Amino acid sequence: MQIDDTDRRLLRHLLAEPDLATPDLAARAGVTQATCWRRLERLSEQGVIAARQAVIDWRALGYEVEVSLRFTLDKTNPRAFDEFLTAAREVPEVIGIETFLGRVDVRLNVIARDMGHYQQIYRERILTLPHISDIEALMLIATIKESAGLPL
Amino acid sequence: MIDLDDLDRAFLRDLAREGTLSAGELGRRHGLSQPAAWRRVKRLTEAGVLAGQRVLVDRAALGFGVTVFLGVKLATKGRVSLEDFERAVTAIPEVQVVQHVLGLFDYRLRVVARDIADFERVLRRRIMTLPGVGQVEANVLLTEEARPGPLGGPSQE
Repeated sequence: MQIDDTDRRLLRHLLAEPDLATPDLAARAGVTQATCWRRLERLSEQGVIAARQAVIDWRALGYEVEVSLRFTLDKTNPRAFDEFLTAAREVPEVIGIETFLGRVDVRLNVIARDMGHYQQIYRERILTLPHISDIEALMLIATIKESAGLPL
Repeated sequence: MIDLDDLDRAFLRDLAREGTLSAGELGRRHGLSQPAAWRRVKRLTEAGVLAGQRVLVDRAALGFGVTVFLGVKLATKGRVSLEDFERAVTAIPEVQVVQHVLGLFDYRLRVVARDIADFERVLRRRIMTLPGVGQVEANVLLTEEARPGPLGGPSQE
């Protein structure tokens, strides 16, 4: 797969401002609209651009609480990861799942309407997940920067 | 805050997977005319529920093979030190996400690097030199998965 400087420039601008319309993106990257279309097509076909998705603002839907739950799993059980992840996918308020190499094994991003709702989810849906050996919670106060940008 | 009906939720589920779907295509999928579908998308956008687009790229194909989450504790606190830290950390191009959190750490950072050696360079030269930085914990991302969230419906498998 061949990625040249023009591709990198397009991607840099696209990742920095994903809402740009194609003509504006072309102007920023200094290419014609036709080139811009063609390049974006090809990057999508090659899987370099894997997806374009709408961002849902859960706060606008009344979910005021967001907590990052970090789990250490009981790794003496070889099925711990699979069974934990399968069960976590069943919890509707889990909006993201990440696995790690490090002190933390899995992180779940959990949203709730308020603290009462969070406590209910935590007790009924989270503490009942299988193979947990330890949990730490980080409560989100504010997102200062959120970007998919890469130093291309 | 707006109330959603089943069709709104279906639209949001579809758009969260394919953000570029047109109102016409959304309408065809769910038995609505193009103008009716367009009105729904407009209402969801105006209410702030649809908050723009996200582009997912194959970071490894672009030469960024490593993503690391850092938990950072500040050594010194106070309003000025938070502002200094935030201003400096958001300026680092390898830092994609900065979240102020409450708990074991003060900040969560998402950092991209070309490889582990490159990450070590970012950590030593850019992160450890940030104003007020104290204890830092690193966890290397292996897999990540976005879930549809509490929108009900068949994708809640």
